[in-house]
Amino acid sequence: MPFSSLSHIQDRLNHGETTAVEVATLYLDRITEHNETLNAFVHIDHEHVLAQAKASDTYRAKHAPRALEGLPIAVKDIFCTQHGPTRCCSKILEGFEAPYDAHVITKLKEAGAVLVGKTNMDEFAMGSSNETSAFGACHNPWDTSRIPGGSSGGSASAVAAALAPAALGTDTGGSIRQPASLTGITGLKPTYGRVSRRGIIAFASSLDQAGPMTRTVKDAAMITSVISGHDAGDATSVADAPELDWLAACSQKDMKGMRIGVPKEYFVEGMDAEVRASVENALKQCEDLGAELIDISLPNTNLAVAAYYVIAPSEASANLSRYDSVRFGHRCENPEDLLDMYTRSRDEGFGAEVKRRILTGAFALSSGYYDAYYLKAQQVRTLISQDFKDAFEKVDVIATPTSPITAFKLGEKTDDPLTMYLSDIYTIAVNLAGLPGLSQPCGFAEGLPVGLQWIAPAWREDVLLGAAAAYEAATDWHTKVPTGFGGES
Amino acid sequence: MDIDVQKVAMLARIRLTDDEAAELGPQLSEILGYVDQLAAVNTDGIKPTAHPHDAAMPLRANVVTNDNQRDALQAVAPKTESGLYVVPKVIE
Repeated sequence: MPFSSLSHIQDRLNHGETTAVEVATLYLDRITEHNETLNAFVHIDHEHVLAQAKASDTYRAKHAPRALEGLPIAVKDIFCTQHGPTRCCSKILEGFEAPYDAHVITKLKEAGAVLVGKTNMDEFAMGSSNETSAFGACHNPWDTSRIPGGSSGGSASAVAAALAPAALGTDTGGSIRQPASLTGITGLKPTYGRVSRRGIIAFASSLDQAGPMTRTVKDAAMITSVISGHDAGDATSVADAPELDWLAACSQKDMKGMRIGVPKEYFVEGMDAEVRASVENALKQCEDLGAELIDISLPNTNLAVAAYYVIAPSEASANLSRYDSVRFGHRCENPEDLLDMYTRSRDEGFGAEVKRRILTGAFALSSGYYDAYYLKAQQVRTLISQDFKDAFEKVDVIATPTSPITAFKLGEKTDDPLTMYLSDIYTIAVNLAGLPGLSQPCGFAEGLPVGLQWIAPAWREDVLLGAAAAYEAATDWHTKVPTGFGGES
Repeated sequence: MDIDVQKVAMLARIRLTDDEAAELGPQLSEILGYVDQLAAVNTDGIKPTAHPHDAAMPLRANVVTNDNQRDALQAVAPKTESGLYVVPKVIE
């Protein structure tokens, strides 16, 4: 049962074969057993989890079950939760307890989900390896000497090792898809504006989006259908987003008539040969399922990382100015004056990567440089969006590798920030264009999971889910589990 | 590119030790050196992206939607007194 899908657990609950308390207890026991090895959770409150599960069982006894009734879902430490700490894995939020729930947390609660703790992440979601967390690195269950990816590394590791059947992450430049790829699970970044950002600690507001990390495509759809929808409390949440039948999209069994675009810019030198082979093999299988593969070009792809590392740090430097040690967050001892209080509190509270990004952004936005950096990057962003629009004139969906490499060793890239940035080369353009993207397992390279990324036009998560569900139905990669974590079911 | 790291750090209100500045300087130069490739792109007449879907900022009615939550919001503040945030003296 621990490695069951969310929908399978739901079936068992609905048939009275188990209870929410039993399910919660199972995962809590697994967290107790394995979290020391993985460091996937940075906060867990057993009593609170069991109380929610008990309340769900009581609800079920009297009412029809809600969409996620009694299902345990872990959430990244970036989501504000009224119960327990919310720290974004930063020292600057030591002791912070959010006065309100994030909109998506409210939605999960209203759907009957049982929230299981807070998962590890790169500090303020800035990183691709989970190594910048103030609570220490998180480990990949497939090889604990390796990173789980980032920034939603804790959520990925927790789901991959079945410490929780599903989790929420956030994705600014690949932070759901890349760790999903590196840990062999499914991760969906919805269209920008599909899911409310209210109560999600902001990193880069024009890029951030929350989404599910799960064992199956259907599980991702189940969660997204609950957390999506307009929220008047987030001005960038889109009011007239097309509604989808999320679950129906997952019943697709073949790819007949589907035109899959394969962008040549995503199959280049520098990518791992076995990753390439796995993805090419997956594309071949899509062809066998009836899809037509069409070579396409996204000519501005090579500019995506550069544009991102102007836009994301610029927005971060503005967003993180709120950590002034006045209203919340760490304050230094005995400040001499106001300026000393600001500067010393922020030096003590922020880690090295966060400072690097804030400073990059502050520079790009500073007087005399704005046009050359920020404005230019936003123009390049338009070009990148246009590449996708042109491509979607010819194809229904685009398939690429999620990451050029598999999980690397802890510490391997920490001394070289720029190399670390380049590991998100295949995921970043999707955020810049605000498109939905999904990563699903499609093989292994030297025993480490490889991910296949699907990219669809804005608001067409149904296309992503359909393609991914058909691929999943024809393969068994999603059923593979890491050894050492009691994976027999 | 040579960057005056301490100046940028002051703009961002972060105090850097000399060691931190010595490490961050070359790293920022390297990052900005990489993003400088954008300069070579012809973007004449290209509109900058503001919202990925070009959505207009929505308007809502100007009505009160929540109650006074001062106590809850100030509970997480480093220092308050009589419902006010306390900071070091600014005016002599």
